[in-house]
Amino acid sequence: MTWSPGALAPAPGAAPTGQMLKAQTRAELTLMLRNGEQVLLTLVIPLGLLVVLTLIPFVHVPGDDRVGFFVPGVIALAVMSSAFTGQAIGVGFERQYGVLKRLGATPLPRSVLLLAKTLAVLAVELVQLALICVVGLLLGWDPHGSPLAVIALVVLGTAAFSGLGLLLGGTLRGLTTLAAANLLWFVLLVLGGVLFPLSQLGAAEPVLRLLPTAALSDGLREVLQAGHAVPVRDVLALAAWAVGGLALASRLFRWE
Amino acid sequence: MTTPALEVDGLVKRYGGRAVVDGVSLSVPTASVLALLGPNGAGKTTTVEVCEGFRQPDGGAVRVLGLAPKDPALRPRVGVMPQSGGAYPGLTAAEMLRLVASYARNPLDPADLLDRLALTDVARTSYRRLSGGQQQRLSLAMAVVGRPELVFLDEPTAGLDPQARRATWELVEALRADGVTVVLTTHLLDEAERLADQVVVVDAGHVVAAGTVAELTRGDGLRFTAAPGLDLSDLPGAAEEVPGRYVVAGAVTPQLYADVTAWAARRGVLAEDLRSRSLEDVFLELTGRELRA
Ligand SMILES: Nc1ncnc2c1ncn2[C@@H]1O[C@H](COP(=O)(O)OP(=O)(O)OP(=O)(O)O)[C@@H](O)[C@H]1O
Ligand SMILES: [Mg+2]
Repeated sequence: MTWSPGALAPAPGAAPTGQMLKAQTRAELTLMLRNGEQVLLTLVIPLGLLVVLTLIPFVHVPGDDRVGFFVPGVIALAVMSSAFTGQAIGVGFERQYGVLKRLGATPLPRSVLLLAKTLAVLAVELVQLALICVVGLLLGWDPHGSPLAVIALVVLGTAAFSGLGLLLGGTLRGLTTLAAANLLWFVLLVLGGVLFPLSQLGAAEPVLRLLPTAALSDGLREVLQAGHAVPVRDVLALAAWAVGGLALASRLFRWE
Repeated sequence: MTTPALEVDGLVKRYGGRAVVDGVSLSVPTASVLALLGPNGAGKTTTVEVCEGFRQPDGGAVRVLGLAPKDPALRPRVGVMPQSGGAYPGLTAAEMLRLVASYARNPLDPADLLDRLALTDVARTSYRRLSGGQQQRLSLAMAVVGRPELVFLDEPTAGLDPQARRATWELVEALRADGVTVVLTTHLLDEAERLADQVVVVDAGHVVAAGTVAELTRGDGLRFTAAPGLDLSDLPGAAEEVPGRYVVAGAVTPQLYADVTAWAARRGVLAEDLRSRSLEDVFLELTGRELRA
């Protein structure tokens, strides 16, 4: 097969930003949904935990509103899983495979790449939230509070976890990231007020409540279970993680 | 005079105090092909990656299409094929190429490009499941799909079968014919001989030879291969370079060819591959015959 003259004549130019963003977001979403471990981490485990913890009373929760206690925690877990763990592992391997380096030699701006990753995470979170709400309602969940407060907390939590995820994935090697992200996921799950109330840990509670997962699950619980306003302390904790994580990530992130 | 597409002047790159690129200079006119040759570890990839903006030089000057290598304005204008990797393992060949095409304002048709590089059958196979040669061809497609003015191809035919190598050569020739500048690295001397307007041989970070293939291979003597240990006493100027490889000194003329073949016929010697100096001879003379670290 020969090339007709002019077929390869230079015609350089970057595509419109909107087109790049759309294509990149779709690619990021495809990659997430195609990755079995990611789906397990972001959907199967949170939903499974919600059902098991609600139906089997081996964890004692204050009051008798089990599903009302666990739904906010599982939402926090879901946000952590996609924005932090999934993001960190994805970025870590993309660096290792030289993908990010190569994309750096294309017209795709770094900012559009990061925005696409964020949009993909938000889209997955939307699916997670929808499924968690449906399963929660089937389990007899009776939500309170303002949906706007919930959205604000989820967005803030996403920013905090994304910053930490990019920091981890952008500085460590692929396999190291995998190990560290999974370990942190587990630690934050246990100490994040997801599986049991942090008050059971006594004196450590005030410190542990500053951890991002705990701040998010506590904030969501205050709103969704008690119908309170968003607690300032949780908002401040999440904002501090977001600012610190994103600032450090933008300084230390390595594309190769 | 128009500015060259790529100009490298006295490039130095050090790692841990060791200069792995040490004063490399090149100048590549628009719509020409430059082949960078050199043994493993010579500094080819390092040189190319400095030009691509991936690595920071420690000395010297580099201008790519008249701009600094890291200038974002270059991104749409330059195509890059790294020596390895650079694709999402979880995307299919077609998805990956379409993604890169979507970054460009006037991309080539990805389906057509896949077809021409014989990737249509594996278009729906994920990158991680492609064979090494298929990954290599996809990477080449990714480098050119945005219709760049200048492409860097780091060992584009490494691991390719003869048909795929030929398709790659045709692509490079078509690029040049259409006005694209191509800088490639290779270990295949016949590839450089066929494609390159200009060959630059680097060794241990230094340019040891540069010029057109004709300039580099100019010189006296005919070479041939035959059984080792022949008696050369009645073939004037002949010597056995290494066992089985012979050189006959003298100006390369039709008469010299006739003399050598007549001698071979007289002695019943099968003198194969009778030819003047090839790029491979030059390369081995310049960089030595020993395998080095
Ligand atoms: N990031 C790095 N850190 C330390 N040393 C490096 C680095 N990159 C390259 N080198 C060294 O620089 C030298 C040149 O490497 P380079 O990859 O440029 O060689 P090359 O000519 O492309 O070789 P090959 O034909 O094997 O691809 C090698 O000795 C290599 O070990
Ligand atoms: Mg190399």
